[in-house]
Amino acid sequence: MINIHIEKKLKGYHGHQVLKIDHLFGAQSITKIYGPSGAGKTTFLKIIAGLITPEQGSIIVNGITWQDTNTGINLSPQTRMPGFVFQDYALFPNMTVKQHLEYATANKEWINRLLLLGKLDTMTDHKPTHLSGGQQQRLAILRALAIKPKLLLMDEPFSALDPAMKAELIAELKPVFKELKATVLIVSHNPVELEGLFDNALYIGGDL
Amino acid sequence: MDLSPIWLTLKLATVTTFFLLLAGLPVAWWLSKGRSFFKTIIEAIITMPLVLPPSVLGFYLLLAFSPRHGVGKWLQDAFNIQFVFSFQGLVLASFIYSMPFMVGPIKSALQQLPASLAQASYTLGKTQWQTFKKVLIPNIKPSLLTAIVLTFAHTLGEFGVVLMIGGNIPGVTRVASIAVYDSVERMDYSSANTYSLILFCITFLMVISVFVFNKYQAKSPLE
Repeated sequence: MINIHIEKKLKGYHGHQVLKIDHLFGAQSITKIYGPSGAGKTTFLKIIAGLITPEQGSIIVNGITWQDTNTGINLSPQTRMPGFVFQDYALFPNMTVKQHLEYATANKEWINRLLLLGKLDTMTDHKPTHLSGGQQQRLAILRALAIKPKLLLMDEPFSALDPAMKAELIAELKPVFKELKATVLIVSHNPVELEGLFDNALYIGGDL
Repeated sequence: MDLSPIWLTLKLATVTTFFLLLAGLPVAWWLSKGRSFFKTIIEAIITMPLVLPPSVLGFYLLLAFSPRHGVGKWLQDAFNIQFVFSFQGLVLASFIYSMPFMVGPIKSALQQLPASLAQASYTLGKTQWQTFKKVLIPNIKPSLLTAIVLTFAHTLGEFGVVLMIGGNIPGVTRVASIAVYDSVERMDYSSANTYSLILFCITFLMVISVFVFNKYQAKSPLE
């Protein structure tokens, strides 16, 4: 279970606005987070990961306080270790597909399984510049899964995939999320995307 | 023909580049992460040698490390180290004088890397040091090479600052640029030409190798 109460000032196109979220995410649930561009969806994920600090609030994950601005508790991203799929993929240009996964985990069996899952098993020696957009995005997802996270934060993780690949990957990811017992938060700007994958939805961006 | 100024210059450039690489990497990394008034001041101090007349820097170093007073006296008394008119003095002066050439390119390259690269590494549980070593440094190789070569080449060409703090002692502080000046003073144009030509060739080869390497780096093998 993830209990979040946070407030963070955002600089937006229309001046300053406040990102204010009070939400309870069920354990092992998959939640879609949607809303307009600039509403703070990415900032929200980065606050949970410990990459951005909120002005006020608390984040409690499975009974452990990750952040509390009142007591000054603020666990580092290295301690929180959420799986994080970045919107820009954040792949390491110097590493091959395999090296990305080896950087994250030493579990060779798990690496081989992930490579098959992402259909990158024939491209293990390729660097990101030699992968298509869809392949890069799949590698970003695999790298996040490599650490077997209990909390997976995904920022527009399927945007570069064609509909067939997206459907296939989503179908294969769902049992993996279950196996890892991971709570998953998926940001998507598209309100009708990810049908069949998520259990709950959270809208960020003011009134609907 | 005395080639000791050439060897001394190469030794000075190698030692200076080595120490600047050790010190410049963490300094550039620290400067690349966020901004503060304190960082601005430090960055300005590091950049000063770019615009300050070398003789001014040399003069203040001469005063600061004079064995008669202050820091220089303390170093002399406590550790028997003398920076004035010695090789270690040349290294210290070159270290300060060439620092912007090492720190500048590395800092700019680190700032140009997407912040998400380091962030992705942190979320995988990697420390800042692991991230620096395995993710950041390998992805700024061309800029790192540029910084190393610029520092080395700039140290080869130092004149004013090394003359001020080191003087012109054969085999100890007479580097190639000073030997050129000294030869011209003695109307020995042949030696001046030899020293100059050697310096010119070394510098040219170094700069051209950077261009070739960086072009190769930028190109995809599939193109």
